[in-house]
Amino acid sequence: MNRVNDFAFKSATVNGTGSASANSLLMEAIFRMGIPVTGKNIFPSNIQGLPTWYEVRVSRDGFTARPPTIDLVVALNPATYAQDIASVCSGGYVLYDSSWPLDAKLVREDVTILGVPLGAMCREAFTRDRDRTLLRNIAYAGALAALLQIDMGVIETMLNEKFARKKGLLDANHRALRLGYDYAQKHFSCPLPIHCAPMNETSGSILIDGNTACALGALYAGATVGAWYPITPSTSLMDAFKEFCQEFRIEPETGLHRYCIVQAEDELSAAGMVIGAGWMGARAFTCTSGPGISLMQEFLGFAYYTEIPGVWINVQRAGPATGLPTRTQQADLMSMAYASHGDTKHIVLFPADPAECFTLTVEAFNAAERFQTPVFVASDLDIGMNDWMVPRLQWDDSYRPDRGKVLDVAELEQAKKFFRYLDTDGDGVAARTLPGVSGKGAYFVRGSGHDKFGAYTEDGAAYREVVDRLTRKFETAARELPKPVVIEQEGADVGILLVGSSDCAVREAVVHLHEQGIVADSMRIRSFPFAPEVKAFIDRYRTVFVVEQNRDAQLRSLLAIETGTPRDRMISVLEYAGQPITAGALVTTIASHLAGVSA
Amino acid sequence: MTSISKPPVRHPSAQKNQIGLTKADYEGGMSTLCAGCGHDSVTAALIQAFWELDLPPHRAAKMSGIGCSSKTTAYFMKQSHGFNSVHGRMPSVTTGANAANRDLTYIGISGDGDSLNIGFGQLAHAIRRNVNMLYVIENNGVYGLTKGQFSASADVGSKSRKGEVNEQTPIDPVLLALTLGATFVARSFSGDKTQLVPILKAGLSHHGFALIDVISPCVSFNDHEGSAKSYAYMRRHEVEVVETDFVPLRREIKVPETHEELTVVRMHDGSEVRLHATAPGYNPRSRDTAYRHVQACVRKGEVATGLLFIDESGREMHDMQRTVTTPLAQLPYDVLCPGSAVLDSLMERYR
Repeated sequence: MNRVNDFAFKSATVNGTGSASANSLLMEAIFRMGIPVTGKNIFPSNIQGLPTWYEVRVSRDGFTARPPTIDLVVALNPATYAQDIASVCSGGYVLYDSSWPLDAKLVREDVTILGVPLGAMCREAFTRDRDRTLLRNIAYAGALAALLQIDMGVIETMLNEKFARKKGLLDANHRALRLGYDYAQKHFSCPLPIHCAPMNETSGSILIDGNTACALGALYAGATVGAWYPITPSTSLMDAFKEFCQEFRIEPETGLHRYCIVQAEDELSAAGMVIGAGWMGARAFTCTSGPGISLMQEFLGFAYYTEIPGVWINVQRAGPATGLPTRTQQADLMSMAYASHGDTKHIVLFPADPAECFTLTVEAFNAAERFQTPVFVASDLDIGMNDWMVPRLQWDDSYRPDRGKVLDVAELEQAKKFFRYLDTDGDGVAARTLPGVSGKGAYFVRGSGHDKFGAYTEDGAAYREVVDRLTRKFETAARELPKPVVIEQEGADVGILLVGSSDCAVREAVVHLHEQGIVADSMRIRSFPFAPEVKAFIDRYRTVFVVEQNRDAQLRSLLAIETGTPRDRMISVLEYAGQPITAGALVTTIASHLAGVSA
Repeated sequence: MTSISKPPVRHPSAQKNQIGLTKADYEGGMSTLCAGCGHDSVTAALIQAFWELDLPPHRAAKMSGIGCSSKTTAYFMKQSHGFNSVHGRMPSVTTGANAANRDLTYIGISGDGDSLNIGFGQLAHAIRRNVNMLYVIENNGVYGLTKGQFSASADVGSKSRKGEVNEQTPIDPVLLALTLGATFVARSFSGDKTQLVPILKAGLSHHGFALIDVISPCVSFNDHEGSAKSYAYMRRHEVEVVETDFVPLRREIKVPETHEELTVVRMHDGSEVRLHATAPGYNPRSRDTAYRHVQACVRKGEVATGLLFIDESGREMHDMQRTVTTPLAQLPYDVLCPGSAVLDSLMERYR
């Protein structure tokens, strides 16, 4: 089998030792060679000293899901040697640091062991302890460049760009790279059967993580207020937003900021700030993860009932409780959809990759103002913190924010009287006013019972009239929010439903299933409340699978609740161990279920 | 938040302020609090203060949390936007609102339970951030709406109506604010309108976070013998440490400058606060003096009142944030969006 540009390797290191830069160097070099590539960083909830892995998948077919198998492992962490060597597929390779002997018990007959004395070479070449540790990573990058035929010219150019202003570091990095490269060339037959060859498949693409893309979305949507509390894996989102603001949101004449980012004392406060700013008419957002979503519940229900816009970007991680802060899941679906006590419902948008993090974040700000309600962007750690290969982001300069129904002074002067919660055109959305504009538009925001005029009420009928209108508002939203993406094939009798980051694995699985004679269509849902098309899709297939990354089949439950489809009509395919879902697991589950049914 | 609208009564001879509004224009819905509630006196003082300051009602935002005190934002200035938020979370909503629109006058009304129990953290951090707002705590030491539980400001030895005695140490918002670096700290008594109105006016004009702790007796649950937040106790133990007079911008200065120890503080907007310390050696511009003196009063069973500390040179949230002077919510979209050409060139960073 031809394995050129179709393999995966991973490095197993200790966090805090500088391996991240070597890994991204390799991945970006492959990308610059025009070959589709994806990286998954599997890291601990820790700053220094615990095991960390980085998986790189090279795929000439453009598959971006987590790799099905690992062909080569760079084993640099003795604490995980056993599991790392065990994780290589039969016929694969193990590169280890031969400065120290490898325990004979760990040697596998069916893999090729490649020893490179990385530590010894760096000890000899460099004098400072820090260099000896950090540059060991660049040395293994050099060895891999030789073994996998990654263009050295490209890597060297990248080092030149990275250390342009740090001459000392630049020279040391070049030397370390060469140490590894030359050793591998001299001692092994390079390249290995798994290797790279230049293609031209990445010229229209970028490598970007979802948190950066969400931050760009917030920047381009015109968000001015960001309130947040640091939490993995969402922290880098507000960091990125701040950096973009420092670059693009400075008033030229004064150097003053056209933004206000507040690090709150907790997530409750962050939610309150978003709501306060949204009420004042600014585009405001927060980014958080599961525990933060739990803390924000009361405010979310408040904003739902008082109808105040705001954007909540939830970079989901594995729960419950503290859970696995550095591992991925889609396990907040229920807690976002129905956040808070009482009858509540929230708009949730599901990006599948960083490119959609950008577009759906922009869309979230529009939806929040159009429907005057909190809107979630349901990202996850896999999308948020890993570099994905996606098409270059583009911007349409004709875009103007949809501020929804906001009455200005002139409109207020014309109106006989203003009532905040009066639906005048039947779409379930009432016009609002902004504070400071006119005394005529003044009203009282209250979380307590209110009638359609905005006045306090304990009257049952008046209360119901308002909450029934909210139901109508969400029916309008279901029709207008981003539509599902459907991929159809000739003769399909199986339907697969999914949200978010499962997309890349499902796309790949559909191809492999077809090879086995199973023809499946897929529908990637992009918004909650569900579009009418969702129920129609479920009804169309004899067998329907729902793919999701949580234990309790939350998406299936939502589909059952909202479309009235019996739960048993939908077969769950679940992955919830904290790693991104793979196509292989999907194919196995779906194929074996169908085989069981036909038998 | 119950409120009953008042019938509009207009008296042709009613006095108008400089923007042509009568005091009735600063009123709100009818109070539904208990007859004799201290909070209603605070509401009346606020109406007076806003009217005297000539503030257009629609340029003010009334913020509150949950509780008897928080209900009162419905009882004044019906032409202002009001925001009755979540219990104990008014500071964060006000912070966000102020971040988005720095041009409005923010007045937060809270209670001792709302501020010192459930909302303690938010109050502390709003002080640290120096959010430009007036924060009034209507402090009665008790939970009224849930019928008489102690709050965190209840004094040790204070008896509830059911006869329970509080043994937990109270939180004094004035000492708290002084410790956290607040730049305007005052205490007053709802029954002392002469003192309260100038302090409210000064607080509304202050550049930064102004905290006013107003002892406001609860006639239903905490106005009995054994309560340190009762009318009788306050009448006996209130010690005015600092006499306050406030001279708004563009008003003729009528106060005779006879006091030897008069401290004149020029506010950010050009108006003046004139302070006369009645306690010897009291310096309302020294945080240390204020802290020591308030504590000394507490030890003697006295309640120190007046504008206890003021520093008009502090940096409020927007100063620290270096925000543009135009309210963020009013910035035109074209100065916020970098456009397609910038995005195109940005993409090169991700290749």
